[in-house]
Parts: sequence; C-alpha cells; structure tokens
Amino acid sequence: MNTKLVQLWHRLVQTARLSCGIPDYDVYVTHLRTHHPERKIPTYAEFFRERQAARYKGTGGRCC
Amino acid sequence: METIATRPAGVASKVVWVIIAIIGAACLGVIALRRGEPINAIWLVAAAVAVFLIGYRFYGRFIELRVLQMDPGRAPPSVLHNDGLDYVPTDKWVVFGHHFAAIAGAGPLVGPVLAAQMGYLPGTLWILFGVVLGGAVQDFMVLGLSIRRDARSLGHMLREELGPFAGVVAMFGLLALMMIVLAVLALVVVKALTHSPWGTFSVACTIPIALLMGIYLRWLRPGRILEVSLIGLVLLLTSIAYGAHVAATPVLANLFDFDAKALAWLLIGYGFFASVLPVWLLLAPRDYLSTFLKIGTIVLLAVAILFAAPDLQMPAVSRFIDGTGPVFQGQLFPFLFITIACGAVSGWHSIIASGTTPKLLANEGQARMVGYGGMLMEAFVAIMALIAAASLHPGVYFAMNSPSALIGTTVEHAAATISQWGFVVTPDELSRTAHDIGETGILSRAGGAPTLAVGMAQLLHNIMPGERMMAFWYHYAILFEALFILTTVDAGTRVGRFMIQEIAGLVHEPLKSTESWIGNVLATSICVGLWGYFLYQGSVDPLGGINTLWPLFGIANQMLAAIALMLATVVTVKLKRQRYVWVPGIPATWLVVCTLTAGWEKLSGPISFTVASQTYAQAMQAGKLMAPAKNLAEMQRIITNNSVDATLTAVFMLLVLTMCGFSIYAMMKAWRSHIPTAHEAPRVALTSVAGQTP
Repeated sequence: MNTKLVQLWHRLVQTARLSCGIPDYDVYVTHLRTHHPERKIPTYAEFFRERQAARYKGTGGRCC
Repeated sequence: METIATRPAGVASKVVWVIIAIIGAACLGVIALRRGEPINAIWLVAAAVAVFLIGYRFYGRFIELRVLQMDPGRAPPSVLHNDGLDYVPTDKWVVFGHHFAAIAGAGPLVGPVLAAQMGYLPGTLWILFGVVLGGAVQDFMVLGLSIRRDARSLGHMLREELGPFAGVVAMFGLLALMMIVLAVLALVVVKALTHSPWGTFSVACTIPIALLMGIYLRWLRPGRILEVSLIGLVLLLTSIAYGAHVAATPVLANLFDFDAKALAWLLIGYGFFASVLPVWLLLAPRDYLSTFLKIGTIVLLAVAILFAAPDLQMPAVSRFIDGTGPVFQGQLFPFLFITIACGAVSGWHSIIASGTTPKLLANEGQARMVGYGGMLMEAFVAIMALIAAASLHPGVYFAMNSPSALIGTTVEHAAATISQWGFVVTPDELSRTAHDIGETGILSRAGGAPTLAVGMAQLLHNIMPGERMMAFWYHYAILFEALFILTTVDAGTRVGRFMIQEIAGLVHEPLKSTESWIGNVLATSICVGLWGYFLYQGSVDPLGGINTLWPLFGIANQMLAAIALMLATVVTVKLKRQRYVWVPGIPATWLVVCTLTAGWEKLSGPISFTVASQTYAQAMQAGKLMAPAKNLAEMQRIITNNSVDATLTAVFMLLVLTMCGFSIYAMMKAWRSHIPTAHEAPRVALTSVAGQTP
C-alpha cells in the first residue's frame, strides 16, 4: 500500500514537472550513467536551468 | 505485421456499452426535446460523458486499428532516439497529464460562452459531435503520423508530404494565426479589467509575485517548482483578498482604474518587456503558476457544476440563430462553427500533437488515449464553460456580452433593450449582480472571461455560501484567466519573434541569430507591433472588438485545423488506405466549407468588413459623421481597420484554397500509384531495441 502511494506521488510530481517542461531528473541521470559514462552528471540545479531555458526556445508548446 | 489484438467483446462488455448508449440517447433526447421549462445541467454532463465514452471506445478504436494501424510492437521515437531529455519513454498517464495541460487553455472557456447567445443546444451539439468526428480525430491522427515520422513537427510533415512550397505557405498562415490569437486573448484581458481596480490590482500583483518566484527558483531553492508555486498561490490569493480593500479606497482605486485604450497600451508595453527579459525571471515562474492554477480551476469548475447542479436559464435555442445576435454577428451556419473552435476542433493542437507528446509516448498503443482522449477532456471543459454561461440569468448574460453601441451605458437603458429582445431583466437585477461581484458595473464586458467568472462565482457561492465570497470567486476566476493569458502573450511573442527571425533570415542571414540583440529587439518589436495593432484596434472598436476579432480568430484556427486534417487525408491515401479517406476527409471538408463561407460573408455581404468600410467611406465623402464615430479621424480609423480585417480574411481564404489545391493534387497522384508513397520511418521492432520489453 505504502509503496503504491509513493509511486503515485512520484508520478504526480513527474506529471506536474513535465507540464512545466522539466523532464524527470532521475531518468536522465540513469540514462547518462548507462549510455554516456564519460559525461559529467549535472546537479539538479544545473539540469533545471538548462531545461528551463530550453523550454521557451522552440515553437508551439501551448495552446490558446 | 503485429497490430493490436482484436478479440471479440464479451457479453458483459456488450451489455455495459448498450446501457451507456441508452443513457446517452435518453439524455440527448431530454436536452433536445424538453421545451418551456429549464433543464438541469446534469443532463448535459451525462450526455457528454456517454457520447465521449462511446466515441472513444468505438470510433477512436476504429481509427487506431484501421486508419492509423497503430502497432504497439513498433519502436516509437522515444525508444529509438532516447536521450533522457526530450525523447523519453514515459508512463502513459504522465504523458496524458502533460498533453492535456499543454492543449487546454483559455480558448475552450471563451468560445462556448460567446456561442451561448444562440442558446445552449447548438453549441452543445457542435462540441459533442464536432469533437468525436473532427477535433479528436485531428489530434489523434496528427499524433499518429508524427510518431511514425521520428516525432516530426506539422510544418515538417507538410513539407515532406505536400511539398516544400506548401510548408512555407503553412508557416505564414501559422504566424498570422498566432498574431490574431495573441491580440484576441489580450483583448479578453482588456475587457475584463476595464474600470475594474480590484481586477487590475490583483493582475498587476502577478508581476512582482512572478519575479519573486523566479529569483527563489534561481538562487534560493533551485528547481523546487511545487514549493515555489504554493508560495505563489498563497501570495496570489492574498492579493485578491487585498484587492477588495484597493477597490474600496478611492485613492488606491484611482491608481488601478484604466479605460480600455490605456490597458491596451499597458499590455503592449508589457508584452515587449516581458519577452526580452530572461525566461527564468518572469515567464517561467508565471507559466508554472498558471499551469497548476489552470488544472485546479478546471477541477473546481467541475466540482461546482456537479454539486450545484444548476438549471440552465438560457433557452435551448434562442432567436439569435437568425444572425442578429448582439454578441457576434452571423447565422448559425457557419458562424457557430467558427465561434466554438477550441473545445470542438482546434487547429492549434496539431502543433502540440506533433511537438513534445510524440517524443514521450512509450508505444503506439497509447496514442489513442493521449491524442483522442486528451481532446475529449478539452471538449468536456468546453461543455462546462457552456453550462456556466447558460446557467446565468439570460438578461445578465446579454448585458455583459452586448456592445454598448447596442445596449447603452446605463443599467436602465440596457435592461430596457434586453427586455425588448425577450429576456426580461430589471435594472435592479443588473446593479445587484455588479454589487455581488464587487464591481461598479457589468455592462459590455464581452470576451467570455467575465461571464464565465460570474457563472463560476455563482456556482461556487451556491455550494460555499458566505458574505463577499462571490466577489472573491469572481476575481479569482478573472485572475486565473488573466494570468494564463499573460503567459500565453509572453510565450507567444517569443515564438512569434523566432518565426519572424526565421523569415527575416531568408533575406538577411545574420538576423536569424536568436542570440543577436539587434535581431531580437527588431523581431520582438515587429511581433508586438503586429498583435498590438489588432489589440488596439479592438480596444477602441465601438462594437467592442471581440465582435470583430473573434470571427477572425475562429477562421484562422479552423483554417489550421483544416490544414492538419488535409495532411491526414493525403497521408491516408498515400498509405493506400483510401477506403478510410472519409475519416479525416469529412471533417477536413466541413472545416474548409465553414472557413470559406464565413470568410466570404466577412468579405462581401451585409455583415462584411468590406461593406462596413464602404458605408463609412461614403458617409465621409458626403461630409457626414456616422455613429459611433465622433469625428473624422475616428471615421477614418474605422475605415482603415475594416479594410485591414477584410484583407486578412482574404489572405486566410487564399491560404485555405492554396492548401486545398496542394492536397488534392498530392491525393490524386497517390491514388493512381499502386504502391504506398507516404514518408514513414521504417519499422523497428520494440523487442529488437536493447533493454525494451513490449
């Protein structure tokens, strides 16, 4: 029961962050570790800043 | 090829669906046939749920299996190009939440409110059937096409499937649509804040609040979005509560009391500065706040409707289907289908369905839920907005949404005029409503937001009574819409700026660099100038602006939807699945017919921009002044504005026709071909990609 609640909370946070254009940090770190072990792993703050800037660079992204 | 298994439905499942169908049909019957006595909003909610469930289960699945032939065993872009950032296989509920947050905006809350002037029935039917057969089909099919093409954008797919020139044409159409969207949304804010110190104060407070949040997120607690949003929310609610004090203190109230013209200039100035500032300082924090507030408000509205279960006071069909309505001109066909764009069919969604979402889906089998299901949710929001408007006293509704040129500027005059239309209302009722919501007046506040705010305030007040609570909820609803729209204006100006720089880069290469300050300021000025022109024009328009601009917006939005559906039609033929060409083909044709008819009526005929411009020009030549112009300069302005609007309408029509031409040509070529000619990426089995389980 408890693990299910934790998982649900994790999903909610993930959805909320993604809706603001911030992908899941843990997923990114895991991805870097498995596929690009030579690269430096950014801190959450660095990761957040980079994604925040990236969100408003492209076109579209929101509706009227 | 592996496709989704089509196992026969069990008896229990069949029984459940028959019951849902019967409930839906019964509710629709009540809505359509009950005359003379008000019906309860719950009938509408139940009918919508039944129609959406059936549409999702049967039509959505039909499209998934036959037309798009979605294949859960095929590796999607998120797996093939997994980079942990943009392309990430993500849980389907998370993708759904993200997609819905991206597509739901102010549009579905405004259009249905305006369309309520024709009664609740036409709008309801168009939303229910428009979304099942058109809007959700568009979103789902564009998503389905994009996921098979490495998550390419709509523009990219148009270039590939219809040719490079078609892509350029669509790019210009998109820019024009963007400018109209920004102008009309900014105008909604202007209309809501005109001579409303309370509203203006609380909206102005969002700027320092956002700056504070930006600094907090940057230096104090980097990346703690949820935490900072909660702080922001508390500050916002405080500013609404304090706004009552501002409105009640004459010295303070004067500082925040503006007319439409002044507000338009303030918004134009704001739009410029906001979009050249770094994103982390103002745009991003406000974006977070408005995203959460939007979802929260939609949930609040749903709860309010379910618990208050209001009766609909608006007639099912009003006399204004004949085209003489005060809110917008034009007959039911085609103008109802132009007025309610978002919520039934929204062209803008094709940008999102070919943007982030296809990069996140973990497999093709989830595209129906996100694409088709997400749009059904938005249609549900539109139905709720329609209920909020239709549950208002019709007299109050028309007082709020009719231009002052028709109902005058006093409650006595307005009440007399509206009662003559057959919606009996007393001056006292109008004054009392204004008093209840803590405003000095409610007349001629077109644009949807104030009407929805009053409707919402009354619903919430019904379930949570309390002294002055209605005024609080009214200003909460206004603040929510304004916050959301300001974010769109800011982000939209940036996007518009990049589009302009891209176009300018074709002429002079260095202008393309988004890092260059000169290019930045120049393109931002052009962009703000473009939407600002229409905003200013709307704010001084004697007919209230929304009357003129909303049809232009509707035509532009449906034009984009038509283009997206034409692409889907062409690709269906190119895949040699032409027996299903009618699936995207019928809504595409319907939208082309609607936009062209509406465009034509706005170009020639009694309600056209051209005729208005000519009438004023003739009067001016004869040396006469025509109401509501008070001098020759105003006469000249009306003539110019109408000519500009007419030109823009002609451009939109030309765009639709050009894209039609390209589509028909591509379709005929593909029809004759014996092999599929669509540009799909080759199939890679999900099981063959390392670390993936189907």
